[in-house]
Amino acid sequence: MEQVIREQLLHMLENNSKLTEHEIAIMLGISEEEVQREIAGLEKAHVICGYHTLIDWNKVNDDDVTALVELRVTPQGGEGYQKLAEKINAYPQVVTLYLMSGAYDFLVMVKGKTLKEISLFVSGKLASIEEVQSTTTHFTLTKYKELGVSFEAKQADERMVVTP
Amino acid sequence: MREKLSQKVLNLKSSGIRAFFDMANEIPDVISLGVGEPDFDTPWHIREAGIQALQSGKTFYTSNAGLQELRAAISSYTKRKTGLTYNPENQIIVTVGGSEAIDLALRALLNAGDEVIYLEPGFVSYYPCIKLADGVPVPIRLIEENRFRLKPEQLEAAVTPKSKVLILSYPNNPTGAVMEKEDLEALLPVIQKHDLIVISDEIYGELTYGVKHCSIAGLPGMEQRTIIINGFSKSFAMTGWRLGYALGNHEIIEQMVKIHQFAVMCAPTISQYAAIEAMEQGDGDIEAMRESYDQRRKFLYHELQRLGLPCFEPQGAFYMFPNIREFGLSSGEFALKLLKEEKVAVVPGDSFGECGEGFVRISYAASLQNLKEAVNRIFRFLSRYRT
Repeated sequence: MEQVIREQLLHMLENNSKLTEHEIAIMLGISEEEVQREIAGLEKAHVICGYHTLIDWNKVNDDDVTALVELRVTPQGGEGYQKLAEKINAYPQVVTLYLMSGAYDFLVMVKGKTLKEISLFVSGKLASIEEVQSTTTHFTLTKYKELGVSFEAKQADERMVVTP
Repeated sequence: MREKLSQKVLNLKSSGIRAFFDMANEIPDVISLGVGEPDFDTPWHIREAGIQALQSGKTFYTSNAGLQELRAAISSYTKRKTGLTYNPENQIIVTVGGSEAIDLALRALLNAGDEVIYLEPGFVSYYPCIKLADGVPVPIRLIEENRFRLKPEQLEAAVTPKSKVLILSYPNNPTGAVMEKEDLEALLPVIQKHDLIVISDEIYGELTYGVKHCSIAGLPGMEQRTIIINGFSKSFAMTGWRLGYALGNHEIIEQMVKIHQFAVMCAPTISQYAAIEAMEQGDGDIEAMRESYDQRRKFLYHELQRLGLPCFEPQGAFYMFPNIREFGLSSGEFALKLLKEEKVAVVPGDSFGECGEGFVRISYAASLQNLKEAVNRIFRFLSRYRT
């Protein structure tokens, strides 16, 4: 498959994973079989790593807490950061993990039911990893946007109904 | 009061779309596929440039032809896109939308009785603008069998000794038709033989799918006799900013600037600043929007075929122009019944000229979700009227 078409397909799925293979095939002007084959290949190669639904949990319940935790770790050589990342990744509380340039090394997004639960996790699990030198925890207050999607309902179509 | 009014204006019919619009607007929960503008907001960085201009007090008139910086930006954009060179000093005018540029061009060119050949189905403004400039409108009726492209023999047949101007409008609203290089080349002998000036309305020039837009101004001998009309509305989703421009021979542009200066002084200053950003940093936006329109174009075309609604495959703008003759209803009746019974708004084809009768214009500048729902409703509607 052409790279341009492949990227279009990925963009379409990234924006709306509910599109059916049939619809994608029509919109890309290729066959449904080709779409199926390509998606299967991309899943196998772990280019497509999962299908998620973006949910504003605050509208469902109030006991959902997330925090961004900055980790400073001892300087690592070779595959040190990779190994460390695997260690941190293993905790189900960790929902996002980045290695960063700048004042700290890892940025960890942690999800929990309460502030206390997250605090305990950070101090008990993350801070106690041997290579971790220090942690700074920031609790999120409000989420406005995630993965390019605003949590505010989209405003109605401002256009007039019929124009030339 | 009527006897006090201009007979010329009284004689003009107001746009057929307007009557339909008034009706459509009264019905709640309509899915509108009747809109002639993009469904995207203006890209944020362009809006920011407008905000910046406002904040830094750019609230004064600009020079009549438009900001020098914007004209320079339009010149290099045009060079980049078409290879054509227009001098920002005297070959570019910034106008209040492409519509003003059409009006100015006609008024600058026409003497009473000059004939202007234009294409139907086509944009609603050509006929009245020709009339208001004391010209004589001579429509050429395009046909579906030719995919609504203009053929040289049709042009030849429309020419008289009084013919002065030909208005071309490709990519076309309402049909979505395009003219490729060979199609335009075929017209050149006729245009040159009869010494016609061409007003080429290329407002949808950035929105072509699978073919690259070709400007007739770039063909041999055409640059001096072509006025290109373009603007920001469709390509940059900036309809409300009211900004367009015209490019052409400096003697024509000079006269257009004269009328423009007395009629509106200059185009809105804040819009002009935002437009500089669009010209210089907007290529990526165009690319993304075109890709999105193209996906929806393919989707809607496929769906219309599935519904058995005959339609040629459009390659430009964001419209489809299916043929609805099998239902024995006029375009107006079809659109009205569809609106009342299924709450889907499309535009009757005859709004774009008599020969648009038997067609409706469907815009796919709508969300995929709305397109899907509209298709379901149209399907229900067609099943009822198919016997």
